[in-house]
Amino acid sequence: MGLSDLSASELLDQLQSGAVSSREVTQACLAAITVQDTAVHAFLHVDAADALQQAAAIDERRVRGESLGLLAGLPVALKDVLCQQGQPATCASKMLSGFIPPYDAHVVTKLKQADAVLLGRTNMDEFAMGSSSENSAFGVTRNPWDLSRIPGGSSSGSAAAVAARMTPVSLGSDTGGSIRQPAGLCGIVGMKPTYGRISRYGLIAYASSLDQIGPFGTDVRSVATVLEAISGHDPRDSTSVNQPVPEYSKSVDQPLTGLKIGIVPEHFSAGLDTEIAAAVKSAIDVYRSLGAEVREVALPHAKYCIATYYLIACSEASSNLSRYDGIHYGHRATSFKNLNEMYAASRGEGFGAEVKRRIMLGTYALSTGYYDQYYVKALKVRRLIRQDFDAAFQQVDVIAGPVTPTAAFAIGEKANDPLAMYLSDIYTISANLAGLPAISLPCGFTTGGLPIGLQLQGRPFDEDRVLRAARMYEATTDWHTRRPNG
Amino acid sequence: MALPLDTVKKVAGLARLQLTDTEIEMFSQQLGGILDYVAMLDELDTSAVEPMVHAIELTNVLRDDVLAPSLPRADALQNAPKQDGRYFLVPAILEG
Repeated sequence: MGLSDLSASELLDQLQSGAVSSREVTQACLAAITVQDTAVHAFLHVDAADALQQAAAIDERRVRGESLGLLAGLPVALKDVLCQQGQPATCASKMLSGFIPPYDAHVVTKLKQADAVLLGRTNMDEFAMGSSSENSAFGVTRNPWDLSRIPGGSSSGSAAAVAARMTPVSLGSDTGGSIRQPAGLCGIVGMKPTYGRISRYGLIAYASSLDQIGPFGTDVRSVATVLEAISGHDPRDSTSVNQPVPEYSKSVDQPLTGLKIGIVPEHFSAGLDTEIAAAVKSAIDVYRSLGAEVREVALPHAKYCIATYYLIACSEASSNLSRYDGIHYGHRATSFKNLNEMYAASRGEGFGAEVKRRIMLGTYALSTGYYDQYYVKALKVRRLIRQDFDAAFQQVDVIAGPVTPTAAFAIGEKANDPLAMYLSDIYTISANLAGLPAISLPCGFTTGGLPIGLQLQGRPFDEDRVLRAARMYEATTDWHTRRPNG
Repeated sequence: MALPLDTVKKVAGLARLQLTDTEIEMFSQQLGGILDYVAMLDELDTSAVEPMVHAIELTNVLRDDVLAPSLPRADALQNAPKQDGRYFLVPAILEG
């Protein structure tokens, strides 16, 4: 059994006991990247020398008997949307080609404080807009389970790299499902925490009221450990909430008694693939067998979530992305007659089609005469969606359901139909609108051998319960131990 | 229903986005389709609902006003397409 067969939590045990060194683990990851990433294309940038240097420094400190952080010696890959001082951050966009951040994101500071090894930068849909990686300006990432299929998105490379065991864990960002959807389609665990749980400082913004950073891993324990390391208040992000961070890594193995699980009948109606419906229903049966009470809850405004999301997210994106002006950083056109043309040409050349489409939709929704009709209307429906969840969580502790309506689709299948692509986020988007924590974990495979995900959503700041509920299921099944090509 | 081409051009101007004729035609169709889809929100009477701009509805988050170093000038300029070591350089704004 090689190092790459071990989960992050198992690797951390071995690192701590001295059975393996960080240098060995990091080298194993770099070797796996060399062998596999030509086919998968999960990474945009790997600085092998820098990673090995970080690992050697941690090994030396361990030998000296220094006290080390929660993730000491563990390699972590970063979605290319997170700023790391001195390493490129492109958001998979021509606009930011060559951009080198002058500072670290808060989560990068936290990872460094936890003594993690920063392994490399992963591919994504441009500016985190997309569900397939097909919007990357630097080529598509392929699903390790079937290289002709998409890995999901927008945190495509972070999910594929963990699924292919090129890194034990990674970070992504989730604005409408961009962690949970690729985790589900790649057969791994991914979590979007409560809005405000993790500082967004240094996360290149897409839709600021919805964006959250979160971890990927091969099991729930690993995700709990990374979440614990990166959570907490940061005065530089005034929406990060000043609440104590529970020790998720310590509590995750404690099963819950008296767990009440909600299921939403509409989640299982038309549009959901029958194999996925069957896998999710048997997962819910597992919870019943573990003593959980399962009851139906209503989310009457669920069908409005995609419309609400695209109006709000695109409005915020049109404002956030106005910073790309060809002056302070990013692409500048070479041919223009005046300042205004320089802005327009730089942006027209630098952004890809999906980013332009969302900037256009958002600009339209915010423009004079349409602001109330579209933007304010969506904000009102957002409150109705949140109130549905508040009422449901009076009756249940977590809501269980599918992550995606279908398993991973073929590259190119939805590339020319934006609305069809948007609809693949139908089950994940409402957690962002309501600000809830939600996790995706493996719960089966299609007859074609593609992974199926189970989603659990919880109350705000109730990550501990969501993780423990997820671990309860995982402990009785072996889906998470399966890996591509064996 | 397609968004009129003039409207697409006007919005592109507001967004400072130079679009090709092909893109204008494509967005006219696609944005029209998306706007038809989001019109489902009109089914809901929201006259008594307050807009919700954030998931965590915080107000007046304050912190102590403490002096701290800011980004050094060289670091702030390092990614600029054009700069002279002191300033960001832009094309002439005033003509004549």
